[in-house]
Amino acid sequence: MDETLIRRIQDNPKFTELVRKKTSLGWLLSIVMLAIYYGFILVIAFSPTTLGTPLFAGSVTTIGIPAGVVIIVSAFVITGIYVRRANTEFDQLNAELVKEVHS
Amino acid sequence: MISPLRSRGAAAAALLCTTLPTLAADAISGAVQQRSLNWHAIVMFFIFVAFTLGITWWASRRTRSTKDFYAAGGGISGFQNGLAIAGDYMSAASFLGISALVMTSGFDGLIYSIGFLVGWPIITFLVAERLRNLGKFTFADVASYRLAQTPVRTFAAVGTLVVVALYLIAQMVGAGKLIQLLFGMSYSSAVIMVGVLMVLYVTFGGMLATTWVQIIKAIMLLAGATFMAVMVLAASGFSFEAMFQTAVAGHPKALAIMSPGGLVSNPVDAISLGVGLMFGTAGLPHILMRFFTVKNAKEARKSVFVATGFIGYFYILTFIIGFGAIMLVLGKPEFTETIMKDGNPVQQLIGGANMAAVHLAGAVGGDYFLGFISAVAFATILAVVSGLALSGASAVSHDLYANVFARGHADEAREIRVSKIATVVLGIVAIVLGIVFENQNVAFMVGLAFAIAASANFPVLFLSMFWKGLTTRGAVIGGLVGLISAVVMIVLGPAVWVKTLGHAAAIFPYENPAIFSMPLAFISIWIVSVLDTSARGAREKALFLPQFIRAMTGIGAEGAAQH
Repeated sequence: MDETLIRRIQDNPKFTELVRKKTSLGWLLSIVMLAIYYGFILVIAFSPTTLGTPLFAGSVTTIGIPAGVVIIVSAFVITGIYVRRANTEFDQLNAELVKEVHS
Repeated sequence: MISPLRSRGAAAAALLCTTLPTLAADAISGAVQQRSLNWHAIVMFFIFVAFTLGITWWASRRTRSTKDFYAAGGGISGFQNGLAIAGDYMSAASFLGISALVMTSGFDGLIYSIGFLVGWPIITFLVAERLRNLGKFTFADVASYRLAQTPVRTFAAVGTLVVVALYLIAQMVGAGKLIQLLFGMSYSSAVIMVGVLMVLYVTFGGMLATTWVQIIKAIMLLAGATFMAVMVLAASGFSFEAMFQTAVAGHPKALAIMSPGGLVSNPVDAISLGVGLMFGTAGLPHILMRFFTVKNAKEARKSVFVATGFIGYFYILTFIIGFGAIMLVLGKPEFTETIMKDGNPVQQLIGGANMAAVHLAGAVGGDYFLGFISAVAFATILAVVSGLALSGASAVSHDLYANVFARGHADEAREIRVSKIATVVLGIVAIVLGIVFENQNVAFMVGLAFAIAASANFPVLFLSMFWKGLTTRGAVIGGLVGLISAVVMIVLGPAVWVKTLGHAAAIFPYENPAIFSMPLAFISIWIVSVLDTSARGAREKALFLPQFIRAMTGIGAEGAAQH
């Protein structure tokens, strides 16, 4: 990449927009995932009985079971949200940017 | 029989808890008895081998350039790569170890599965596409993008080889013992066979063959596990409540299996384990290498999404399989044997707790299905070691030979030849060490591999992509601090100091060092880089902008091969 191309990309508002959108969504979703996981671990470490509460009166199934499954599903869904936005909106923006700076 | 079962469960749990990904090696940490030959399993395994060797032959005709050899020509689709990544992750350790952990401890098994999974979204957001846009064949390409080639590539190659070697030894020892149990073959013949097949796949078929072996095995494993889970649910009328009721009624720990138990009683260790798993995954060279097999960043993202889905699904299956084992296998006389342990007779599952899924396969699907699952377990090990061998070989040929020794002017054909020689050498080393370590407890090795990946490879890779201020000096010194501290903490910790070396008490109290060693690496890299006022350091900081633009936009990134 030569100096002029670098300058053109850097000065293009679409580049700023792309960087802002991509990084903020990436960090936001990372924090959500970390919060869910470490929240779960902290509940286990400091209040293990919470997850052992029966799901409904008389059941052996505890709250912990659906909670665990929900975390697994949430990892998949959160990844899906990012990939969907990145592969449509961000890539579109990226394609426009590449076209502009090369023209 | 309750108390011996309980103590056996506790022992297994304690072992498993140390270093999670070691489950397979763990399984197999004690002496095992050779069984009579299991013909169903052997025949099915040889069908798998014949088929995958056919694929290797096909792949060898399509493997010409270095790009073909290291990255399957960049022509793997996002979906295929997702399955291959899932295959790399769904090792025999996860399958046999986690279902065994669910059988002995119930809910705690789910906690571990979750720890394995949650690193993947983070990899998607922070690593996958930047890595794809910046790199070519190895993660060292990215780490050394704007830094001095020789020191950074040498460091990355050392990080890769150490992780690969530890992982490989654990897999080899695990393979030998597992095959002894499942197939009735001798330990050394099993280790030699795994080593030879691994070398054949990699030297002839390169990444293309390695990827397809992984994909086929992933499909077989997912299909087998799905069948078992459905059969388990069918046995309880497709009601989870009914399944849990039967399990609680038949388990010596009764209701305790439905809530968190003792495994995660220590918050520091629990969080440290989570850190090690999450960021270790993002620093495993054989996994990172897979992102270069797809066409562009879009396919790279898609592949992690697919991988996360299959891995999550697989862990839900292993949870059901573990409960199935409680209902149909645990405590049943036909699956129980009495062994002598410390002079006392102890009742256990035939072959140990890690055979839970294998016995369950027999219970729900008969001899043929038992043979199928045994063959899948073997195929799993084979596929995982092939990916490891390719990754280790590329560190030698692409990083050390082509970029350090030949200063980036290596002839392609010669580079591939070096890679093949490195694969053969790795194969021989793996076989020899596999045999040497037969009677050693290698349970700590995969844990150590993850800890080093999280403390040495990941910080350097991450900061090279995210932090302008990183310099060569910071990366090498800080990375070495992470590597050495992870090794020292594991050696002085309970897994090696007490369980392997036999001392009474550990000097370092925690099983999992990542929560200490990883921040130590980050801080060291930061301090050394900030203090680096050399002209080279200033130049490296200035080169961040073009690198950042390429990472974000993919302008200038490696494209797919034109064939």
